[in-house]
Amino acid sequence: MLVLTRKRGQSLMIGQDVEISVIEISGDQVRLGINAPKSVTIHRKEVFDDICQENKAAAHVSFNSQELRKAMENLYPLKRSKEESGPD
Amino acid sequence: MFKLDTRHFGPIEVADADVVTFPNGIPGVEGSMRFTLLGRGKDSAPFFWLQSLDQPETALVVIDPFAIYDGYSVDVDDEEIAELGIRDPERILTLCVVVIPEDIKQMRANLKAPILINLENNVGKQVMQHNDALPIRFFLIQ
Repeated sequence: MLVLTRKRGQSLMIGQDVEISVIEISGDQVRLGINAPKSVTIHRKEVFDDICQENKAAAHVSFNSQELRKAMENLYPLKRSKEESGPD
Repeated sequence: MFKLDTRHFGPIEVADADVVTFPNGIPGVEGSMRFTLLGRGKDSAPFFWLQSLDQPETALVVIDPFAIYDGYSVDVDDEEIAELGIRDPERILTLCVVVIPEDIKQMRANLKAPILINLENNVGKQVMQHNDALPIRFFLIQ
C-alpha cells in the first residue's frame, strides 16, 4: 500500500480525473472531498463490505423453497408500515 | 437452454429467454454472472429465488420491497441507467436480497442495495442507495 502524508487543504490525484482532498481534520476524524467522474462509484468500505456479507449469507440459505413456504405461512402477514419500523 | 441440478429446486431447465445477466456480478457472490428467477408469482410470494446458473448451489432469496416497506423508492444515476439499458422504468423489476438464517425470526431484507433487473434485455445490477434511512438489515419479523 502506498502511504502519503497530506495536510488540511491538500489533495492528491488518482489517475487524471479522481481528486481526493483533505477538507478537515478533527481528532481521529478526517473529512475528505472527492471529485471523480460519475462512472467511478464511491462507497464507504464498511457499507460495501456489509452488503457483500449479507449477499453471501443470503446465498447460503439452509431452507429449501417448500420449507420456506411452510415457515412463511406461519409468519404472515409481513406487510408493515414504514412508521412502525425504524431504520436498522 | 441451461440444464442444471440446483440445491433448492432439483434439476431444472432454463430457457435462454429467462437468463438474467449481471455484467458486474453480485458483490460477495463471486463466480456467478448468469441467474434466473424461480418461483416468481408462485404461492411462496412475495418471496422468490434468484438462482445462479454458473453455480447451481447458489441461490438468493429475494423479495419485492414494495410489498414490505411502504413508500420504498429506488434512485438510479445515469451510469446505472446506461449499464442496465433502461428505456422504460415500468419494465424494471426491483428486488431485495433476503437473508434467512437458521433462526427464521432473524430474517431480514437489504433495502439499501436493491437488485434491479431490466426485463427488456434481462440485464441485472445491484445498486447502492445513498438514502441513509434505508437499512441493510430490515427485519421482516418484529
